[in-house]
Amino acid sequence: MSAQTDEIVTQGEPESREPVEGLAALGAYARDYLARVRGGELGSIPAIVGLIVITVVFAVLHQGFLSAYNIEALVIQAAPIIVMAMGLIFVLLLGEIDLSAGTTGGLCSAITAVLILRHGASGWLALIVGLIAGAIIGFGMGWLRARVGIPSFVITLATFLAFQGVTLILIGGQGSVILPNNSPLIKLENGFVPLWLGWTLLALLVIGYAKINDALGRRRAGLSRVPFTVIAAKVVGLAALGAAFTYEMGVNRNLTTNAFFSNKAQGMPWVVVLLVILFMVWHFVLSRTRYGRHVYAVGGNAEAARRAGIVVSRIRISVFVICSGMAAVSGIVAASLLQSVQSNAGAGNTLLLAVGAAVIGGTSLFGGRGRIIDAVLGGLVVAVIINGMSDLIHGANSAGYEWVVTGAVLLLAAGFDAVVRRGRTG
Amino acid sequence: MTTIPTLELRGIDKSFGPVHVLSSVNFTANAGEVTALVGDNGAGKTTLVKCIGGIHRVDEGGLIFDGTPRSINGPRDAALLGVEIVYQDLALCDNLDIVDNMFLGREEVSRLHTLDENSMENLAQKALASLAVRTVRSVRQLVASLSGGQRQTVAIAKSVLWQSKIVILDEPTAALGVAQTEQVLDLVRRLAGQGVAVILVSHNMNDVMKVADSIAVLYLGRMAAQVKRQEVTQTQVVELITAGRSGDLGLSPAESSGGAV
Repeated sequence: MSAQTDEIVTQGEPESREPVEGLAALGAYARDYLARVRGGELGSIPAIVGLIVITVVFAVLHQGFLSAYNIEALVIQAAPIIVMAMGLIFVLLLGEIDLSAGTTGGLCSAITAVLILRHGASGWLALIVGLIAGAIIGFGMGWLRARVGIPSFVITLATFLAFQGVTLILIGGQGSVILPNNSPLIKLENGFVPLWLGWTLLALLVIGYAKINDALGRRRAGLSRVPFTVIAAKVVGLAALGAAFTYEMGVNRNLTTNAFFSNKAQGMPWVVVLLVILFMVWHFVLSRTRYGRHVYAVGGNAEAARRAGIVVSRIRISVFVICSGMAAVSGIVAASLLQSVQSNAGAGNTLLLAVGAAVIGGTSLFGGRGRIIDAVLGGLVVAVIINGMSDLIHGANSAGYEWVVTGAVLLLAAGFDAVVRRGRTG
Repeated sequence: MTTIPTLELRGIDKSFGPVHVLSSVNFTANAGEVTALVGDNGAGKTTLVKCIGGIHRVDEGGLIFDGTPRSINGPRDAALLGVEIVYQDLALCDNLDIVDNMFLGREEVSRLHTLDENSMENLAQKALASLAVRTVRSVRQLVASLSGGQRQTVAIAKSVLWQSKIVILDEPTAALGVAQTEQVLDLVRRLAGQGVAVILVSHNMNDVMKVADSIAVLYLGRMAAQVKRQEVTQTQVVELITAGRSGDLGLSPAESSGGAV
């Protein structure tokens, strides 16, 4: 070995092998984190910074923006976008696209609504049929992509148009199907979790989050780990944020701004519980299972995945099933929000907002990079923009301005994605 | 030398339609040795490698692993026999870290079918340490952030991790600078030092003369000669590559004049 090589070998002496404690560990962790950020692994930073900035801007410009009433409106507006974005992230991770997620959701919610109203099916049965319909649609599109080899852009553009037609035919001439008042589906977006249950769930969530980190296991295994200070800070942060939200949602909104309900309107909407559960399930699947690892691998380098023995076509089909299934959930959440299904459900900008949410959150359109938290953060950013703009801009052209700003934010996020990607490969 | 070779090929024939790519090729690779496979473009190196790896099926001839004849019907069969091919384009996922890549497709799971990240990380570190690899800052680095030499290191360490018996390296130094080439060649020696039969496919005569124990030269689909490194000079090897013969080494004049193909 030459002298030159010796030099290079010793240069990269690992710092993390020796487990260190206290401030030194914290410093090493911070250095490592900064190095990764500089290397282009920004994670959720842009989305969080963006969310804080626009929230502050709207809160300053508009007095009632952070009122309990508006926060609730924000959350139930964001919910269908977030759910759809969660499904889309799976497809985007493979570098594919599902343009039909919006109309798939519309179609599935139409199937559910029509079953309840015209065929007298129970709410739960209709719900399950709607979800299964979504999964079957996803399987069909995934099969066309993986086995027939049609680009997903073309397949889903075709189904985007076709499903709009099917929904129109299903709903018929009356233009919309109104869900019955007593339906449990309506409670999802318009019913509230009892206060005691809300606080209990929050406590369980925080305890679960504190337990799930594997710092002790990693120390036993003699591996470098995240310092306990950082973990504690994260747990406290989650607890504080969750407590603030639960407290704010505990305020009775009927006395102040809303006169439509005779009883008290307090507690968080049930859809928040659904969002937390969906987040935990898909986050677990992507980060802790072999399946999730294989999704990332196929998205990063399909040829490498194939050589490693992963059945690429099976992964391809499965992500479309997940995406369309989640689109169906999203359609049903949207139906719950509107308490009805319109004949144009899921059309228009439904899909674009969800794709925008995923991309703003940090998911790459080029495949291989994305996490479920992206859907939550990005969905909140999109909802805050829509909500804030609609309060801010009045007059005949307000809708137009809203669209322009949303489009600009989407373009900005996609541009950011492309620049980050170039920085990493170049 | 009475040891049984880890891999022995006897009379391998392979045609693609009318094109006769390999004809009665003999080849041996011993455990703990680096066997270089050299030859001009189109001599059949890649085809031979793919036959060993199970990507092509041989038309005639036998593949003998540790003295036992085996039939290979696909890459899976080859993998089960301990054959690992490190391709030139490396086949790593940029968006995953080193541990993820080393275990791709063979992830360890603990209870509840969750990924056992801790034991995977430990095993990966051990594999890298056994090759005395110290160029990698953290095994949790994304592969995207690695240099060409480091990527090659990860790909080679993967074969150590899976206790491969035969590791075929396809042009491992083709895209590397001087210092990194040095490191990779060092790694190749250490890999052989662990008792692996290393087959090095290369165009680079310097690399071959530096690390190989034995050199096999393909010429127009025939094995011109497989010789011990100490018994030949670089000039002789180059002659074998370009003309199929060198002095009394190599093919007979009739075979080497092109009538063979």
